[in-house]
Amino acid sequence: MTKQITLSHVDKTYIVGEKPLHVLNDINLSIKEGEYISIMGPSGSGKSTLLNMIGLLDRIDSGSLVLENTETTALTEEQRAKLRRNSLGFIFQNFQLISRLTALENAELPLVLAGIDTSKRAEIVTKLFESLGLAERLQHLPKQLSGGQLQRVAIARAMVMSPKILLADEPTGNLDQKSGKDVVAVLEQLNLQGITLIMVTHDHELGARANRQLKMVDGVIVCDSGTSIEKDTKNEVA
Amino acid sequence: MKWRDSWRYSAQVLLRHKARTVLLSFAVAIGVSSVLLLTSVGEGARHYVSSEFASLGSDILIILPGKKETSGGSIPFYSTTPRDLTIEDAQAITHLSSVKSVAPVILGTALVSHQNKSREVITIGSTQDFLNVRNLSLTQGRGFSQKSVDLAESICIIGSQLKNDLFGRHNAMGQWLKIADRRYRVVGILEERGESLGLDMRDMVIIPIRSAESLFNSPALFRILIGLKPRQDEQLVKQRILTLIKKRHDDEEDITIISQNAMMSSFDRISNFLTVAIGVIASISLVVAGFLIMNVSYISVSKRQQEIGLLKAIGATANEVRIIFLTESALLICFGVCLGLATGYTLAALFNQFIPSFMLIIPWWAALASGLMSFIIGLLFTWLPAAKAAGQDPVSAMRGN
Repeated sequence: MTKQITLSHVDKTYIVGEKPLHVLNDINLSIKEGEYISIMGPSGSGKSTLLNMIGLLDRIDSGSLVLENTETTALTEEQRAKLRRNSLGFIFQNFQLISRLTALENAELPLVLAGIDTSKRAEIVTKLFESLGLAERLQHLPKQLSGGQLQRVAIARAMVMSPKILLADEPTGNLDQKSGKDVVAVLEQLNLQGITLIMVTHDHELGARANRQLKMVDGVIVCDSGTSIEKDTKNEVA
Repeated sequence: MKWRDSWRYSAQVLLRHKARTVLLSFAVAIGVSSVLLLTSVGEGARHYVSSEFASLGSDILIILPGKKETSGGSIPFYSTTPRDLTIEDAQAITHLSSVKSVAPVILGTALVSHQNKSREVITIGSTQDFLNVRNLSLTQGRGFSQKSVDLAESICIIGSQLKNDLFGRHNAMGQWLKIADRRYRVVGILEERGESLGLDMRDMVIIPIRSAESLFNSPALFRILIGLKPRQDEQLVKQRILTLIKKRHDDEEDITIISQNAMMSSFDRISNFLTVAIGVIASISLVVAGFLIMNVSYISVSKRQQEIGLLKAIGATANEVRIIFLTESALLICFGVCLGLATGYTLAALFNQFIPSFMLIIPWWAALASGLMSFIIGLLFTWLPAAKAAGQDPVSAMRGN
């Protein structure tokens, strides 16, 4: 398997009030194509920030981030947006669906942004909805769908551009146990099809299902099952 | 993102927020219809006065006694050197080749009576040419023959209202009436026309010039109206008349010649300026509408932070986000402009239906300018909120920060 994402000496600091808050400290991480990675850690440990950095939603302060053989630090905002659109799929804890749009319209948004024709868009989304068991829900508004269905619509939206990397931030956080399991099953199925899956979760059981588990504390990866790295830390991993 | 998708996306937002869309469209519509209606008043006034001038006939020169001039001293002032214009002056002008008709005019007011009815009316002494130059026609009877003018016959032409007041439903033709202490026979009744430049044609009496000279006991003319032959050089004719009268008045240039065309073009210039000025004042309401759009757009941007964050997260560029907000504004203005145009034209048509004597005429340029201005103002005022949306950081926007 070839390297798909490489982070070298990545730092990120936010200014909170007047004090600097080091959210990521010297992160070095290499992710290969098709990996299934879970990122765990206590609140404020930097796991979502790390996911946002990999997803190009935020900029790193120093170091380098290579995504699909592209060094991203020097890219313009427009180039980063297009890379996000074409190579990455996002799944959020609170689904992030637009309430006035139907399930179909929500799912096809990345295709709309990419300028794909209406008929082609409908074809892609319908196929995905069928595979996700949502064929009857195309014209439903988000308020007419259950939590599990909402997250599956969000998965469809993440998948319409056929990305090679899927980034999921607490994808089961707002779901009941059964819906959560269904969603995880869908994600794992996608991973089996060769898509790299990086998932942030608080759920140990869910995190343990990943082939590679990262544990973060205070902006540092303290444990990486893929490389057997384990660092000492003052704080306990939750 | 394709334009069609961008329009559809924005239309969905506007339809979702119907009340907001309708209210903002009303704001733009009020601005647009204000511009249309106010400029239509200006244009209507211009049209009204122009048609009044046109009713006088075209290619007309008016000679007034006395010359307005600026004379001596450190502070200039206007002085006049009055010298009477006479019927002989008018007769001399008739010999000029470019002149078609000459109507000397004596004007006064006199008590006109018939049986036990009497009233003061404007009395004009002139010739048949007065009717020709001022485009007046008769509903009954005939005009003055040259002979009747030369012989100062006691005949008169009366306006329609005067006829009704003095004679009621009875036939006035051939009847006698008294003007001051003299008796005149009615030989014609003027067609109903209404007021023309302050002179009520329905309520006046016209008598032969020589009769008026005798009636008012003065040879001095009030005006000489001159109708020109077609395609004459107005300036050249004016110069010839000036030279002629100067020669007749002991080498003194003591008359003023007004050209109807020059008066019309001066009035046109002034009224056009006023119409544009009124339009500019009215367009302030468009600026107010622009501020409303800006305010609501800012609210919309802050209420749709999560949507903006999501769009950016899934690959919308800053420019695409900006275009989404600008398109929304453009659509909104489009509704407003259409509504404003419809309202403006409908109100003008209703006004014209009920008050046909003064027509509201919406100038084409006002419709075009108000539409264009709405778009320019609307898009300019949306630019800042749209730029704010475009500059949002996706992570904090999705968190609603």
